[in-house]
Amino acid sequence: MITATQQLGSYLENFSEFEKLAAGRDLPWLRKMRRDAFARFCEVGFPTIRDEDWRFTNVSAIAQTPYHLADDGRDQVSRQQLECYRIAGVGSQLVFVDGRFARELSLLNRLPAEVRVSSLAREISSTPGAIEPHLGRYLDIHRDAFCALNTAFAEDGAYVHVPRGTLVEEPICLLFVSTGDDAPSMSHPRNLIVAEEDSHATFVEDHVSLDGGAVFSNTVTELVAGDHTVLSHYMLEREHPQAFHISTLRIQQGRSANFVSHSVLLGGALVRNNVHPVLGGEGGECLINGLFIGNGYQHLDNYMLVEHARPRCGSRQFYNGILDGHAHGVFHGRIIVHKDAQKTNAKQTNRNLLLSDDAQIDTKPQLEIYADDVKCTHGATIGQIEGDALFYLRSRGIDEVSARKLLLFAFTSECLDRMKPGPVRRHVEGLINRCLLQMANSAQGAPTGSHARTSQGTGRKSDDHRRRESAR
Amino acid sequence: MSLLEIKSLHVRVDNHEILKGIDLQVNAGEVHSIMGPNGSGKSTLAQVLARRETYAVSAGEVSFNGKDLLAMKPEEAACEGIFMAFQYPVEIPGISNAYFLRSALNAIRKNRGLDEIDAMDFLPMFREKLKLLDMDEKLMNRSVNEGFSGGEKKRNEILQMAVLEPKLAILDETDSGLDIDALKIVAQGVDAMRNPERAIIVVTHYQRLLNYIVPDFVHVLVDGRIIRSGGAELALELEEKGYGSIEAEVR
Repeated sequence: MITATQQLGSYLENFSEFEKLAAGRDLPWLRKMRRDAFARFCEVGFPTIRDEDWRFTNVSAIAQTPYHLADDGRDQVSRQQLECYRIAGVGSQLVFVDGRFARELSLLNRLPAEVRVSSLAREISSTPGAIEPHLGRYLDIHRDAFCALNTAFAEDGAYVHVPRGTLVEEPICLLFVSTGDDAPSMSHPRNLIVAEEDSHATFVEDHVSLDGGAVFSNTVTELVAGDHTVLSHYMLEREHPQAFHISTLRIQQGRSANFVSHSVLLGGALVRNNVHPVLGGEGGECLINGLFIGNGYQHLDNYMLVEHARPRCGSRQFYNGILDGHAHGVFHGRIIVHKDAQKTNAKQTNRNLLLSDDAQIDTKPQLEIYADDVKCTHGATIGQIEGDALFYLRSRGIDEVSARKLLLFAFTSECLDRMKPGPVRRHVEGLINRCLLQMANSAQGAPTGSHARTSQGTGRKSDDHRRRESAR
Repeated sequence: MSLLEIKSLHVRVDNHEILKGIDLQVNAGEVHSIMGPNGSGKSTLAQVLARRETYAVSAGEVSFNGKDLLAMKPEEAACEGIFMAFQYPVEIPGISNAYFLRSALNAIRKNRGLDEIDAMDFLPMFREKLKLLDMDEKLMNRSVNEGFSGGEKKRNEILQMAVLEPKLAILDETDSGLDIDALKIVAQGVDAMRNPERAIIVVTHYQRLLNYIVPDFVHVLVDGRIIRSGGAELALELEEKGYGSIEAEVR
C-alpha cells in the first residue's frame, strides 16, 4: 500500500523528468498549461467512490500503483505484429506505441491532400500557432483528475485538421498499442481533431495491447466540430485483461453540427470511457451509441455528460451491455440542459443482459434541467437470456451454443445498426462476433438472480418535464 | 415399427405429476389429434416430445424413428425430424425471420449431411411457401415474430414447418385465438403437408380445426391419461357432449 504522499512523489518525479524533455517545453503557454494541470492533479488526487461521478468505479488499484512513463518502445514493434489490428478496406491508420506516434508502422493512404493528419508532438514543434487556440481549451481539468493528469503529460497523440467544406470518405483510424513493461507503465495519449465548417469525416480510435503487464493508459481526445459538420467517432477498447484504461472524448459542437459517437468496450480490466459533448450551437444533433461486453472480473464504466448549451439541439444516448462472470458494468448518463437551451430534446436508454449470478450493473440517469421548455426521457432495463427464446431456436435445430450466440448477437445488433455500413462497421461486427462466440462457449446455464441496482435519477425539476422511466 | 412410440410416459413439473402414464403409437402418414380440457397435460406432452428440458420425465420410454427420443436435446430432436408449432411463438428482436429460418434449415441440412443453402437459393423456395400461407414478404425482413399479430405468428409457425419439412409435426393449440379465415389458411397449409412419410399430431381444445384437418385417430387426454381413443367421429362426439360426460363414462 502506497500512501498519498508517496504516490504524488512518484508522479512529481515523472513530471519533472517529462517537463525537461517534452516537445514544446519552450512554449510558455504550453508549459503553463502542463504545470497548472499537474498542480490541479496534485491538489485533488485520484477520485474515490465518495465522489458522485465515481460512485461505482473504484480506481484505488490505479492510485496505488507506482507507474512510470512508458519508455519509447516504437523500435520493438514490427509491422507484422500489427497485421491483425489493421481494418480491412481502410487505407489510413496512424499507429501510436504507448502514446508515441510511430510513422514507420503507420499507413497513410487515400486521404485527401488538404487534410492534415499528423502527430501532436510534431505539430507542437513545427506549427504551435495552429495548436494553441484549441489544445486544452475545451477539456475541463477541474472536473476530472484524469483529464488534469493527461494534460500535465500532454505531448503526443494524433493531430487531425479537416479544412472547411472537405468531405473525407476514408475513415481516419488511430491505433493505440500498449506494449507493457517489466515495471508498471503509463501513457497519456492526447488527440486533437479540428473539423472546420461543413466538413464530413469519420475517426476511429482502436486501443489494443501487445503484451500483458501492468499498463495504465489515460487518453484524451478533444474534437472541435465546426458549424454544419457531419462527424462520427468510434472508440474501440480491446486491451488485454490486466490493462487499466481511462479515456475521455470532449466534443465541442457548433451550430447544426451532427455528431455521432460509438463506443465499443470489449477488453481491459478496468475501463472508464467518458463521452462529453457540449452542444454549443443552435440546432446541433448528437447520437451517443455504446456497447459494452464484460466477462471475468472486468469493470466497464460508461460515463456520459451531455451538455445542452444552446436551443433546439437533440441528443440521444443508447447503451447496451452484456455482462458475464463477475463483470461489473456502469452506465452513468448525465444530461445538463442549460438555461438558454429551450426546445431541447434529450433521450437516454440503457439495456443490459446479465448472464451470470455474479455479474453486476449499475445504471444511473442524472438529469439537470435549467430551461423550462424541454423534453427529456430516460429508461433502463435489466434482463437475462430468455429461456423461451433459447428453446425456440433450439427446437428449430440450432445448437445451444449457436442459439446463445444468436441471441446475444441480436442484442448487440441494435447498436451495430446505428453504425453506418462500411469497413469500420464490418470490423466492429467481427470483433463483437468473436467476443460473443467466446462467451457463448463458456456459458453455463441461466442465472437465477443477479445484482442490479438502478439509482434514482437526481433530476431537478425534471419530473415536470415528461420524464419517463420504464423497466421491463 | 412405428415412427413414434410412447410407452408409459410419466412427467413431473415441480414435484407435481402432470402425465401419469401415456401410451401412444403414431405411424408415418397418420394424423392424430390429442384433445382435452385445460390442464389435462396436452401441452406438456407436446413440449416433452420437442425436448423442453424444464419437464422431468420420471418414468417411461419414447422412441422416435427407432432412437431414444428422451436422450436427445431439442436441437437433436429437431434434426431427427421433430417439429413443434408453438402455442405461444416467441418474439426475438434483432434476428430477422429470413435469417432465422435459413439458419434453422441449414442446421438441419448439415446434420443430414446435405450442403448449406445460400440466401440466393433459399429465396425462391421461401417465396413459394409464403404464398401457400398467404403471408406478406415484408414479414420476412422483420424480427422473428416481433410485432406480429396472433394470426401472423401462427402462420409463421406453419411456414417454418413447411420450410423444415419434419417427419413428425406437433401442432400445440395452433388454432387457439385464430379467427375463422386465419384458421382456414393455417389448416390448408398443414393439410398440404400431409403425405405418407409424415405424421402429424394436432393438439387442440376444440374440434373446429379438425373440420379442416381430418384426423385418422383422436385421443382424449384427461388428467394426465388418455382415457379414450377412436376415429375422427370421436371429436364430434366430444364437441357435442363435452369432456365431462366422456370422463364420467370412462369412470
